[in-house]
Amino acid sequence: MTFRKIIATLEAEVIFNSIDIETEIYSVCSTDLMSDLLRFSIPESLLITGLTQPQVVRTAEIADVTAIAFIQDKRPEKEAIELARQKGISLVVTRLSMFTACGKLYVEGLRSFPEDNK
Amino acid sequence: MNIHEIASKLSLDVKTTKGDLEREVTGCYISDLLSDVMANGKEGDIWITHQTHPNIVAVAILKNLSGVIITNKRVPEEDTLKRAEAEHLTIMTGQAPTFEIAGMLYHFLRC
Amino acid sequence: MIIKNSIEGSFHLTGGDFTNAGIASSELKSILTELGLDDNVIRRAAIATFEAEMNVIIHAIAGTIYYSIMPEHIKIIVNDMGPGIEDIELAMQEGYSTAPDWVREMGWGAGMGLPNMKKNSDEFKIDSVVGEGTTVEIIINIKQGLR
Repeated sequence: MTFRKIIATLEAEVIFNSIDIETEIYSVCSTDLMSDLLRFSIPESLLITGLTQPQVVRTAEIADVTAIAFIQDKRPEKEAIELARQKGISLVVTRLSMFTACGKLYVEGLRSFPEDNK
Repeated sequence: MNIHEIASKLSLDVKTTKGDLEREVTGCYISDLLSDVMANGKEGDIWITHQTHPNIVAVAILKNLSGVIITNKRVPEEDTLKRAEAEHLTIMTGQAPTFEIAGMLYHFLRC
Repeated sequence: MIIKNSIEGSFHLTGGDFTNAGIASSELKSILTELGLDDNVIRRAAIATFEAEMNVIIHAIAGTIYYSIMPEHIKIIVNDMGPGIEDIELAMQEGYSTAPDWVREMGWGAGMGLPNMKKNSDEFKIDSVVGEGTTVEIIINIKQGLR
């Protein structure tokens, strides 16, 4: 799914973007546990989370995450935005809950594993 | 949709025996942060989480949630199941990641 | 990419310093990226180091990460002054954690750290003395086909 379609589906506000909006996102990981992100994420993926601390961006960098979507209108901390700029990770905020955000993206065809993506 | 229907549609493993499987699920809340669920979970919600430790039972009971789904092949701690049985709370586990379980549930509940 | 001489360095870690948690692993990742190593090798080294770094931040008073990048492999040694691990076998089990609730609320301490270090290593060793500290040694092969 393209980053453009993800933004549109989540009706998200772009806080910072470092990539071409037509970039394909191949995988998604929905979690608030950073260890899970390190364990299960696949490169070039979207992270959906309710955590907004700079550590989230740092973990995302280590896990090769392309973009982070913060749910429930949770705004990333200033340091998190600064770090995302340095590391080239895109940040968006959606008003949707984690359930609705996952649900809408799933219905549109996004999947956790690249081979299942439509 | 009730707990039993959700378990069968999403191929979940019901780990408890004393919960009410006929209980109606009125919504869904997803979080791995207990304080977040305490603040934002709503009565009747089914809770999807990666957390397995016993405190999830206390949170689910306090908020009168309809059940808990633990995702990503995680196994609840023994003490968690014991407490859940004592409180008649249904705990289920799923093989799929949170995103997929949430997506399928959304599909069934809303579409 | 051929590394002729070994490249070595270290980072100091302070227990409880969540603000700077992950900086060392991020720097190591940059070094490996600049060397032009295989993406998968970089990723595994970064993840294993990051998990070790977080464990020091969560559990110990202080610690050090030593790395040496050699032609055949990357070796990362992380040692700390910390409480030590009483039962290593138990600590290696997924989901087992002694992290306090406030750490869990930050998204850490889910009991995946040590298993995840092992998963990303080609060789993994852990030594611990209760009341003194813990040392982990992570080796990741650079040459393809060794895994």
